[in-house]
Amino acid sequence: MIFVKNLHKYFGKLEVLKGIDCHIREKEVVVVIGPSGSGKSTFLRCLNKLEEPTSGEIIVDGIPLNSEVNVNAIRREVGMVFQRFNLFPHMTAIQNIILAQEVVRKTSKAEARKIGLELLDKVGLSDKADEYPDRLSGGQQQRVAIARALAMKPKIMLFDETTSALDPEMVGEVLAVMKDLAREGMTMVVVTHEMGFAREVGDRVIFMDEGIIMEEGEPNEVFAHPKNPRTQAFLSKIL
Amino acid sequence: MGLNWKAAIDSVPILNKAALLTLELTAGAVAIGLVIGLFMALARLSKKKLLRAGSIAYIDFFRGTPLLVQIFLVYFLVPKLLNWDTLPDNYQYIAGVLAMGLNSGAYIAEIFRAGIQSIDRGQSEAARSLGMTQGQALRYVILPQAFKRVIPPLGNEFIALLKDSSLLSIIAIQELFYSAKIIAGRTYQPIPMYIAAALYYLIMTQLIAQWVAYMERRLGKNDLR
Repeated sequence: MIFVKNLHKYFGKLEVLKGIDCHIREKEVVVVIGPSGSGKSTFLRCLNKLEEPTSGEIIVDGIPLNSEVNVNAIRREVGMVFQRFNLFPHMTAIQNIILAQEVVRKTSKAEARKIGLELLDKVGLSDKADEYPDRLSGGQQQRVAIARALAMKPKIMLFDETTSALDPEMVGEVLAVMKDLAREGMTMVVVTHEMGFAREVGDRVIFMDEGIIMEEGEPNEVFAHPKNPRTQAFLSKIL
Repeated sequence: MGLNWKAAIDSVPILNKAALLTLELTAGAVAIGLVIGLFMALARLSKKKLLRAGSIAYIDFFRGTPLLVQIFLVYFLVPKLLNWDTLPDNYQYIAGVLAMGLNSGAYIAEIFRAGIQSIDRGQSEAARSLGMTQGQALRYVILPQAFKRVIPPLGNEFIALLKDSSLLSIIAIQELFYSAKIIAGRTYQPIPMYIAAALYYLIMTQLIAQWVAYMERRLGKNDLR
């Protein structure tokens, strides 16, 4: 589903990604962990070209990410959920979900609204359709953001530390929605600090540090018997 | 201080008409300024070097030279550029509104640019990640939010523009200041006439300020931050 070959990314002189190779299969849930500054968010953001790779190749769903045309086509198929929600504050929850369907997918307003309400129901917020983001809690905003991404019927979902900006009591409600998605067979790449989630839901864990993939494997294996000393040090600090 | 207010009171109908003209000139200039301003702001933020350079040159020129000079320049330059042998009737109005519009376009461009740049980058990233093109993100996500934020500085600009329209008296446009000056000269009552003119300006700028405050409240009602 996603092929990444020798991906490098510089910010100015700083090399953030130092040659990433990775293959993500359909319906796979890949969890990316690592210390902050390890390049995991940058890696994720390269996958839908919110960051421009300095060199290397990325192929998503058979389409190489090289021209602007391809980028817009890819972004339709790849949903993304951000740490800071990024809901559109001048629109209600349902309007947030309708907008891109109408503008990008050319879905009729009635149909887009129907899809939106179904998705709000799915994330447990059917009573909040007409609320503005300011009136919603962080957890609720993040669930709307997930619904907004899902409305585009993406084949892949990217999650960029989606629970890091949340109060602790709201983390669970967002993770629950993500777990449901994983169970339904969505292809997911999840950057997170939630090790419980990684262990329970992840098919594979990727440990990144200093811009390279230090270790990857089956979650239980990586968590119980990390081979790389960096992984061992990282896990011993957080588990 | 024995002021004779008769001249001022007698001239109320003329001043009313002149004040209306001042409002019309300002409205025309605002309309031109908003269009130019939006275009120049987008050009300034564009990835294309040429557009950016053009926009910066435009803004530098119209912000860096006096409006008074620009009024004269436009007044004399336009007929030359268009090869007009005779000037159309009321040409000074066209030149006046155009000069003010071109000038305010530079200021409004900077206001719009600041407004667009003040919107969190995450907003355009979210829009782009949903597959919207840059234009769609701008139109549906960025500009509606930016517009709300630029209302207060836009209000300032409109008020400044209204006051600056008095400069158009220099090309014989019979707006408020021009009329007050003519009557003051004819009646030898400069002080009452200029006080009257000041009051007219004050009332008009207050009206704009009120309208801006109203717009701010109305558009801000869903924005608790």
